[in-house]
Amino acid sequence: MPFKSINDIIVKQDFFSPGHGLCAGCGAAQIARIVMKVVGKDSIIINSTGCLEVSTTTYPWTAWKVPYIHVAFENAAAVASGIRSAYDALIMKKKLNKDVNVVVLAGDGGTADIGLQALSGAFERGDRITYICYDNEAYMNTGIQRSGATPYGAWTTTSPSGQRTFKKDLMGIAIAHRVKYAATASIAYLLDAANKVEKAISMNGPSFIHWLQPCTIGWRFDPKLTVKLSRLAVKTGLWPLYEYYDGAVKLTVQVPKRAPVLEYLKLQGRFRHIINNKNELVKIQSYADELAAKFGLGPVSE
Amino acid sequence: MQIIEPLTLSGNLAIAYAVKQLDVDVVAAYPITPQTTMVEKISEYISKGELKANLLLVESEHSAISACLSAAASGARVFTSSSSQGLLLMHEILFITSALRFPVVMAIANRAVSAPINIWNDHGDIMPQRDTGWIQLFVESAQEAYDKVIQAYRIAEDDKVRLPIMINIDGIVLSHTYEPVYPISDSDVASFSPWNLYSPRLDPDNPITIGAFCYPDYYFETRYQSLKALNDSLPIISNVDKEFGELSGRSYGIVSPFKCDDADIILISMGSISMTVRAAVKKLREKGEKVGMLSLKLFRPFPSKELIRYIKNAKAIGIIDRAFSPGAVAGPVFTEVTSALYLSKMDIPSVDFFLGLGGRDVKMEDIKDIFNILKRIVKTGLIERHSYYIGLRG
Amino acid sequence: MKKLPKWNEMEEGFITRILSESINKTGTWRTFKPIIDQSRCTKCGWCIVYCPEPCIYYESKKDSKILIDYDFCKGCGICAEECPVKCINMVLEE
Repeated sequence: MPFKSINDIIVKQDFFSPGHGLCAGCGAAQIARIVMKVVGKDSIIINSTGCLEVSTTTYPWTAWKVPYIHVAFENAAAVASGIRSAYDALIMKKKLNKDVNVVVLAGDGGTADIGLQALSGAFERGDRITYICYDNEAYMNTGIQRSGATPYGAWTTTSPSGQRTFKKDLMGIAIAHRVKYAATASIAYLLDAANKVEKAISMNGPSFIHWLQPCTIGWRFDPKLTVKLSRLAVKTGLWPLYEYYDGAVKLTVQVPKRAPVLEYLKLQGRFRHIINNKNELVKIQSYADELAAKFGLGPVSE
Repeated sequence: MQIIEPLTLSGNLAIAYAVKQLDVDVVAAYPITPQTTMVEKISEYISKGELKANLLLVESEHSAISACLSAAASGARVFTSSSSQGLLLMHEILFITSALRFPVVMAIANRAVSAPINIWNDHGDIMPQRDTGWIQLFVESAQEAYDKVIQAYRIAEDDKVRLPIMINIDGIVLSHTYEPVYPISDSDVASFSPWNLYSPRLDPDNPITIGAFCYPDYYFETRYQSLKALNDSLPIISNVDKEFGELSGRSYGIVSPFKCDDADIILISMGSISMTVRAAVKKLREKGEKVGMLSLKLFRPFPSKELIRYIKNAKAIGIIDRAFSPGAVAGPVFTEVTSALYLSKMDIPSVDFFLGLGGRDVKMEDIKDIFNILKRIVKTGLIERHSYYIGLRG
Repeated sequence: MKKLPKWNEMEEGFITRILSESINKTGTWRTFKPIIDQSRCTKCGWCIVYCPEPCIYYESKKDSKILIDYDFCKGCGICAEECPVKCINMVLEE
């Protein structure tokens, strides 16, 4: 059943427990919480090493009310494939009778960089797993080092004068593998996101969700702005909300009038060194315009 | 027991046959010489419907072991195999598998490590895995490999053990050499190593968190648990071997001594080379020389007490090492044996013999040379060198 | 101070079963405390879905009073920022 109002989300049981150690205002916590509400009890969560893992499972406590496994950094997709394969085999051999949703939560480092090989393998094999990348655009857990998903211009501790390349196109990579379903998601658009997670777990093959996750520490902003920044990323066209299914890409949230990228950049300390640099701003605006043209978003309104 | 005709199988195929009989649920593997024919055979069994299992053809050994770990954590009986560089790529996850206590069974066709790249046999791949917390068995024949795979599941899945196991077969030498193998019946396999739904596991009805983050206040204790479990598995490994002997007539022991009782000189070896050593001992015994040998079947946990029992009266001990431990006091097997001697307060002259690296042929004459060196030590009481590199040119 | 378990008192395999909500009260992190002005609250629920802990709930069913569990609220302020009628005030903790 699709989610029609936020109340449909609220009434779903929480399988993500408070008392976790993620930062105040952490976007990853919101993603985890919403994912858990949608996927529900009969799910197994695989988490790659990262903020979400260390801050939600600190022995002897855990924030997860469903079976959860963390093995290492680069192998979340392979761990998920193992669980899928085991459940399929045990059900085929009548040793078990109840199926599960196999859901990965992994950061951008664990997905776009060190985990890309395992992810490609799982996609190529057609394994029935849902892989959700919470993308905070750097290695936040180790202290804000740049990743393959760090956006152009962003300060990190290893790109102190600003990242010189644009983000790796994870959605393009997923789609090139002919996954069953792929979608982008935003914390600010939870109905859109919840419906995408529900679609993803219903697929008879691999599904992928790329979810932008503002990070208060790494992006340098007031924790109260997590949702606002998520919204601005969409409104500027830097984070178009779309889905891929059955060979076609479809925009799911239209932005008739886009905000200039500066609106988004100026709230984040990581872009402080470029907000007065016209050349840099033009580059980022052109990147947003390119995405807008590709996905059919509206023009910038000053 | 049902009488079954022997099959002509290579080490790899013998293992594949055991995997089929054990009704394994998930096999995840990546090709590497000389392990490939094992997984090819398993693929054939699955495609013909002779084995009902999921074959996960992953994109690397790292993923193979990761998937086996999580499949085992889901309750499935799993199998993987690797060799050399592939085993090195698995290294990280090997520690995690043993610490999280999942009964993964892996066969390793032992092969030299790069560089230079070399596909032939030595123990360079397995020795770096010494400290990964796995049970490590070594075999001398395809028959033994078959028998040990059946025993491995019984041991690994034992509630008191709950540890992963590596079965080491010498690459090419055992993996690709055909010999008659006497299988036991499917029903005997099923009753000897029955499958039970592993618990605790990833089960939505009993949710648990596996692989949590650990502060210094718990790390020491949990690592100690795994260490203790590995040490405590030794009598269980030994008993399973004995019980298997009662069923099949084939028991190997965790150490396998030959003519050690009255031997002045004992040579210790691991793996297929033990066959050559045993044959050399036979020949020398015919000449009246008081020599013996001992084949180590278990390397982790290291069977110190059992080993000492057989070698304590020797006047000189030779230890064969088939891998370097560069910069260390000596080779890995030598270091273990001499530590065991030290802890038993025994001061028996011991010498390390490095040989057979990268598939270099080891001849009967080489073994006889080793015994001659040891004989000289017994005679003169002098140890000229602690390490010999047998067959090294120059 | 709590006595930590001996090695043989811990479950093998580093299995974790205790829920964070039962022992880790993150409310102590808070600097600013969100206070809902119940007279102006429309009970729309956006603060509930946007809470990352989660620690904001309807007292019973939909449209009932919205409550914040201060045992866990870290004071991020997302609820106040996102409230469509701006009825949540962030007040400095005493």
